[in-house]
Amino acid sequence: MTYAGWILLTGILVGVTCGMIGALLVLRKMAMIADAISHTVLLGIVLAFFVTQSLNGLPMLIGAGLIGLLTAFLVQWLDSSGVQSGAAIGVVFTSLFALGVVLLSFVGDGVHLDVQHALMGQISYVPWNTWSLGGINLGPKAVWLLGGVLLLNIVTILLFYKELKVSTFDPKLAASMGIPIVFLHYLLMSLVSFSTVASFDSVGAILVVAMLIVPGATAYLLTDRFGFMIILSACLGALAAVMGYGLGVWLDVSIAGAMATSCGILFALAFLFSPRQGVVTKWWNRKVLKESVNHP
Amino acid sequence: MNALEVADIHVTYDKQPALEHVSFHVPQGSLTGIIGPNGAGKSTLIKAILQLIPKLSGDVTVYGQPLKEQRKRIGYVPQRSEVDWDFPTNALDVVLMGRYGHIGMFKRVKKKDKAFAMECLAKVGMEEYADRQISQLSGGQQQRVFLARAIAQDASIYFMDEPFAGVDAATEKTIIELLKEWKEEGRTVLVVHHDLQTVRSYFDYCLLLNKTPVAFGPTAESFSLENLEATYGGKLALLSQNASLQEIGV
Repeated sequence: MTYAGWILLTGILVGVTCGMIGALLVLRKMAMIADAISHTVLLGIVLAFFVTQSLNGLPMLIGAGLIGLLTAFLVQWLDSSGVQSGAAIGVVFTSLFALGVVLLSFVGDGVHLDVQHALMGQISYVPWNTWSLGGINLGPKAVWLLGGVLLLNIVTILLFYKELKVSTFDPKLAASMGIPIVFLHYLLMSLVSFSTVASFDSVGAILVVAMLIVPGATAYLLTDRFGFMIILSACLGALAAVMGYGLGVWLDVSIAGAMATSCGILFALAFLFSPRQGVVTKWWNRKVLKESVNHP
Repeated sequence: MNALEVADIHVTYDKQPALEHVSFHVPQGSLTGIIGPNGAGKSTLIKAILQLIPKLSGDVTVYGQPLKEQRKRIGYVPQRSEVDWDFPTNALDVVLMGRYGHIGMFKRVKKKDKAFAMECLAKVGMEEYADRQISQLSGGQQQRVFLARAIAQDASIYFMDEPFAGVDAATEKTIIELLKEWKEEGRTVLVVHHDLQTVRSYFDYCLLLNKTPVAFGPTAESFSLENLEATYGGKLALLSQNASLQEIGV
């Protein structure tokens, strides 16, 4: 595949992987937790690097998964101990992220891991960092990692579809039926961590939040079916990736930045023109209604 | 046989006791009203029984067994305000959620489940609204959807948290008819209830609660002026300005 093809594929995989998880986060009103986890996984990545002295996918996933769970757990714990929930997220997220940044400065210069990279990502380098097995080039590592995490996300959502739905809509009913809502919460937090790590290389810690939250928030405006919202959110993520790639190449700007910007543009369009909830749509409907009342 | 036995439940919120020494037992096939002022711990009691919140101590047995073993026989109707009605789903889907416990983990919803959920909707006069997005339903219709979901749970014992709050007269009638039908079928129902005027006509048993049980027993005995005064304190005077005590029936 061409250089451009790999970048586009990476972008689409980021969009789909983050988009489908993001839809669940939006519905569970946990967008800010995703923001926190997307930053604190940096600590997990750095710790995994210290342990293994390499930037391989699996140790990074494990490190990030553990720190992601720790983040979710600490936020929950502070919250239930009387700290305001917004403040709880703010405290945990900045502390763990800062620790990651401090530890990052102990990583040698020769290693492809620095703050700039961690925050912004470098999707244009993705095609160069390939994985070869027995001398055969299997393509970029990031694509494999993203593909694996996407598969995990899809399988998990399909396996626990009913349970995720009821525990999102009515957690008390779910708990009364014996559905393990705490387990599902941390399972979802793990998926957020994995998705973030897999997307890290390409879009970085800040923009991955856009890929997680904005397609979900957009899909929320466009549909009133739970399952369809997850699919739509994934599609919107992919669309934003393609738009972003086009914009980035056309204007010669950061592709990751253009992808996140595209998410914003799609959201703005939905916010204004969504058939049922759009601001402009509502205004237009009112206007039409008003005229029909005044001039029957 | 007792459908529910509650022994010495204690619950605290931030060191403040929310419930103390709550013990009572409910016979099978009865309707029990849980009555008390705001903040008396009525919802907390239901949640503690169902293990939705941690309790400091106390035992709960349902049909002679620990609650955990009887999850499938339990139906729960939370307060309408406890869920987000903007959630992207329709009425039929909410009713189907009542079947999830029976369908079991890792299994898909089947046609017969959908057909059964439709029957449940029809039972509360909501079959026309099956495809309706839930945010577009009125308060009374939303409560009917919750009722249909409870029917779908096909439980032996139901816990309902203020099902009559803010519903129209027709919905209230539907609910009480359903409760009576459940009773006929030998099911047991516990209802957190606010309206003192209807206690006598609705419930066989009455638990008067203010952090600790003031009285429990057949409504005719427990729902007395003396017990109400002990439960509500000075607030009963306020209540009786709106409804005379004769209307309440004490």
